[in-house]
Amino acid sequence: MNFLERLFLPPQASTHAKVVDDVFIFVTWVNIIFFVIVAAAAIFFVIKYKRRGPNDRTPHVTHNLTLELVWSIIPLFIVMIIFFWGFQTYMVARIAPNDSFEVQATAKKWLWAFEYPDGTRSINELHVPFGRPVRVVLSSEDVLHAFFLKDFRVKSDVLPNRYTEVWFEATKPGEYVLQCAEYCGKDHSRMLGKVFVDNKADYDRFIAEGPADWKTMPPAELGKMTYEQAGCVSCHSLDGSKGQGPSWKGIYGSTHQFVDGTSQVVDENYIRQSIENPQGKIVKGYEGIMPTYQGLLREKQINGVIAYIKSLK
Amino acid sequence: MANATSTHTHTGTSQPQLNYLTENTSLKDWLTTIDHKRLGLMYLAAVMAFFFVGGALALLLRLELLTPKQDFMDSATYNKVFTLHGAIMVFLFIIPSVPAALGNFVLPLMLGAKDVAFPRLNLASFYVYCLGAIMALAAIIGGGVDTGWTFYTPYSTTTDGPVGLMAMAVFVLGFSSIFTGINFVATVHKLRAPGMGWFQLPLFVWGIYATALIQVLATPVLGITAVLMVMERAFHIGIFDARLGGDPVLFQHFFWFYSHPAVYIMILPGMAIISEIIPVFSKKTVFGYRAIGFSSVSIAFIGFLVWGHHMFTSGQSDLASAIFAFLTYLVAIPSGIKIWNWLATMYQGSIEMRTPMLYAMSFLLLFAIGGLTGLYLGAISVDIHLHDTYFVVAHFHYVMMGGTVIAFLGGIHYWWPKMFGKMYNEKLADIACWIIFIGFNVTFLNQFMMGSQGMPRRYWTYLDEFQRYHIGSTIGSWILGFGLVMAAGVLLSSLRKKEYDAGDNPWGSRTMEWETISPPITHNFEGQPVLRHGPYDFRVEPTPATVAGGRH
Ligand code: HEC
Ligand SMILES: [Cu+2]
Repeated sequence: MNFLERLFLPPQASTHAKVVDDVFIFVTWVNIIFFVIVAAAAIFFVIKYKRRGPNDRTPHVTHNLTLELVWSIIPLFIVMIIFFWGFQTYMVARIAPNDSFEVQATAKKWLWAFEYPDGTRSINELHVPFGRPVRVVLSSEDVLHAFFLKDFRVKSDVLPNRYTEVWFEATKPGEYVLQCAEYCGKDHSRMLGKVFVDNKADYDRFIAEGPADWKTMPPAELGKMTYEQAGCVSCHSLDGSKGQGPSWKGIYGSTHQFVDGTSQVVDENYIRQSIENPQGKIVKGYEGIMPTYQGLLREKQINGVIAYIKSLK
Repeated sequence: MANATSTHTHTGTSQPQLNYLTENTSLKDWLTTIDHKRLGLMYLAAVMAFFFVGGALALLLRLELLTPKQDFMDSATYNKVFTLHGAIMVFLFIIPSVPAALGNFVLPLMLGAKDVAFPRLNLASFYVYCLGAIMALAAIIGGGVDTGWTFYTPYSTTTDGPVGLMAMAVFVLGFSSIFTGINFVATVHKLRAPGMGWFQLPLFVWGIYATALIQVLATPVLGITAVLMVMERAFHIGIFDARLGGDPVLFQHFFWFYSHPAVYIMILPGMAIISEIIPVFSKKTVFGYRAIGFSSVSIAFIGFLVWGHHMFTSGQSDLASAIFAFLTYLVAIPSGIKIWNWLATMYQGSIEMRTPMLYAMSFLLLFAIGGLTGLYLGAISVDIHLHDTYFVVAHFHYVMMGGTVIAFLGGIHYWWPKMFGKMYNEKLADIACWIIFIGFNVTFLNQFMMGSQGMPRRYWTYLDEFQRYHIGSTIGSWILGFGLVMAAGVLLSSLRKKEYDAGDNPWGSRTMEWETISPPITHNFEGQPVLRHGPYDFRVEPTPATVAGGRH
């Protein structure tokens, strides 16, 4: 049993995971038994009834009603068990308990934005307090995505026109991956996030000052991480090649032309403005498609990005 | 009667008889032919060419996935390649494969008919297929499409590229499929040999008939859906676009209303082939003829009512999910019944493991895995975890490739001597079959494991923990690719033989297509053959049709 779970299933990290895995393992046993019957019969018959010569005679048996009823009804009975069990365990996972901790999640190509009850926001990382059920209300700003936490065995499509939701209760604090499971284009496979199930103290600290490891991290490194995790990577390159937005290579200190005809030297202030109010000045040769990150990035991250851009010579 | 056997080993006669391959051989004769056998071969060549292309794309995808980094394709290219792989394999290969290629060739012969009911429509359907294929190729040359073969909105209505052209290609290909379906339904109703009632039909005919019904009833929905999607893209009519009051999930309902029955368009003909091969190589009448025949029809019918099982995570209502899951399990039963029937046919048989039988056994095991792993996906809570992961990819490859394609290959090996009058090297063909079997399992068992471990599908890069499965799967894909190329080589090299050496009925079959010479004459039979024994009656010796035709 444990062997099968290890072979096929990721770690069980939510109360629901165990429930789903029990059904999974039951079906696995049903499958093993049926497969062995089919394979053994086929192999046995092939050996036992191997043709001996052209004069072999075979019985002319056209059917056998009892046998046919038996081998229809027994499988029917088994699949009905699986059906009811699968449906019943699905229904429990549909309705979040009333005292759930509630987070809003918005998906867009190709990042996850989260908003907490107190208005705090974060990108691609979700912090939730340990010991409480969590309800995540999902919506999309563009195409379909899917919110998939493999270790919690929950998944839901994220739609542009309707709210969907998932809920889970983690069984141990820790860090878990969030993957986008509905194909959404170029960076679908990089639309990852992290779910941190925090102890009370960690969670409060997160709300106050962002994740703990930011404190010790050199600003440029935090900037690099922000670049990768907040989705800047999908529009800005580091090697000078033109993407949907300008490359960051060597821009610090250079002078940029804007579509309105003005120009400016790229310095700390300009970078900050570009992040908080990207539509303010639009670089010549580009469209104003960059979303604002005001309120999405914490002070530390913006400083980190500035330091990081400075370091890209 | 005495010389009946010598007339169809025509190498011995002084004047070699012309057959459908040697009579009227100009290019024009081929391109305007209304002979179902030639059209069958033309379809066979076309679908095999696309199988090769789709397979080559799959090998590229697997190679890119060897490491989580970019190896040689960027993610945008990868997305186009997997879209093409899926679209080509489904619309240009599997759907037409068994019905249009083998069905065309075999069906009229099995019924003792001279041709299908509407030979010109048959030719038209081939050219409609070609037109659809050209449109699809144009869409590829025009930049490629990155929507996935499922064309889900709103991605498909907003992404760049010739999506409209591709969707219209699918629309046109649908017509080809409908024409073939209509033709086969009419043929089965009208052109059966004297004495051949519904329950003397070979089971291949039952399977193709059930398939044809689905083709006629379901494909129009695909056509309409494709048109609506194109209109949405071009004119923003607001059917699927949420901002205009439409519903993107509606597209999924429309799409799967066709595409789930399409799964049966793909698998029923595969099962139909296996129902021919197993009795012939067990020299025993098929067990549960009616059960197999009726199960085809009931699968075709219930198959229309289960489409929502592709959408358990889409936000559809819980009641809908429950009903769809329930019906999904019901449709599993007739498929299971077929497996028992095949096994019971082998019981106490006189089993000869020739190449087609080896494919049939390979099918039995792979299809069993494909079907059984479906049991996970019908359990809604488990499906929530597995949906859109590699588990589903592995599951449908076991059904479509391990099922349909293996059966198709078995069918090709079975009817090859009838088609060309020449026998391939069976030893080498057996080895190729084994290599395919092993390569296939290595490729897709790995995908089951990584899928249930949580690896989503359509991913260009992935978490490091999945790499070991990807390496295994990629190595498997090379073995599989090698096996397929080898099988093709073995078959094709048999054509270089100068003489028709296969014999008219090399496997000792009892169905009617074996009663004429190999390769058959243009009009199939000398005179009208008459049914004298059931399709799987191995108590009587096989008799050539020419005897009844009164030529001797
Ligand atoms: C959807 C694509 C997109 C994303 C994602 C994006 N940007 Fe941009 N960015 C642009 C475009 C386009 C421009 C140029 C037009 C403009 O100035 O608004 C730009 C301009 C900039 C500039 C000015 C560069 C210059 O050369 O003048 C900075 C700085 C910048 N972005 C920072 C960021 C940061 C930091 C992030 C991530 C938190 C980010 N961008 C994410 C598209 C994007
Ligand atoms: Cu997505």
